[in-house]
Amino acid sequence: MEVLKQELKENIIEQLNLEDIAVEDIADDDILFGDGLGLDSIDALELIVMLDKNYGIKLTDPKEGREIFASIEVMAKYISEHRTK
Amino acid sequence: MESEFYIKSFCHIKDNKVSLNGTVIYNDNDTLDFLDFIKAAYRSFDTKYPKFFKMDGLSKLAFLASDLILREEKLNLEDENNIAIVFSNKSSSLDTDEKHQESIQNKDNYYPSPAVFVYTLPNICIGEISIKYKLHSENSFFIFDSFNAEYLSDYTNSLLSANKANEALCGWVEFDGVAYDAFLYLVSRKGTTIHTKQNIVNLYNT
Repeated sequence: MEVLKQELKENIIEQLNLEDIAVEDIADDDILFGDGLGLDSIDALELIVMLDKNYGIKLTDPKEGREIFASIEVMAKYISEHRTK
Repeated sequence: MESEFYIKSFCHIKDNKVSLNGTVIYNDNDTLDFLDFIKAAYRSFDTKYPKFFKMDGLSKLAFLASDLILREEKLNLEDENNIAIVFSNKSSSLDTDEKHQESIQNKDNYYPSPAVFVYTLPNICIGEISIKYKLHSENSFFIFDSFNAEYLSDYTNSLLSANKANEALCGWVEFDGVAYDAFLYLVSRKGTTIHTKQNIVNLYNT
């Protein structure tokens, strides 16, 4: 799980162009949207694509993302339970 | 007929240089790649606007040139600012359009990026500037073969004469994926340089 969390942090920084943020700046339980990392609705869509492309998880309802993308901890748990690749 | 409006300030970004009102304020001859250059220039001005890094090339170019002009205006960002935006270029959003096309080319590897797709219109760069400076105002983005000072000046004079805006941020912001050329200027009711086609052309060629 720790490897997956590290991978998620690296991918999020790269995919979402968070150039002023380093992996060490993101705690496992940091809130990703709103006042946390400040991600927005387009970032949420980008994360949905990332789940599909990297882990074979298709979210049919974008609203599911609100819970799944709460933090790195929550994302890693969801991915490890649902990944197909 | 002489214009009743004035060019208050102007900004160029071209050939690895950024200049404001004719004075070079950033110069980087070592960086040849546009994205490296524009990010280095952005950092040198201490702008602190993380959304900049998410923008496509055209929006980065337009945003930085606009920001350098508008930051001097000391606008009250708590209120709406009635500054129109009248931009133009030749390549529209072609650089980003091509990136999006590449991502949907292969049906077996079909993962279009929402963050790329949202920039597949040239006027998105106007939105980026409007968000930062709370410009709830008239805006237009024209596509021309080359810089068309006459059209821009006529259109801007019409906007200001009809009181559709207090001021207008106008100009040319061109990025084709490699070459870039931004020349933006603020047209106001006060100033020293009269807003004429010839003066616009003169400043563009400065």
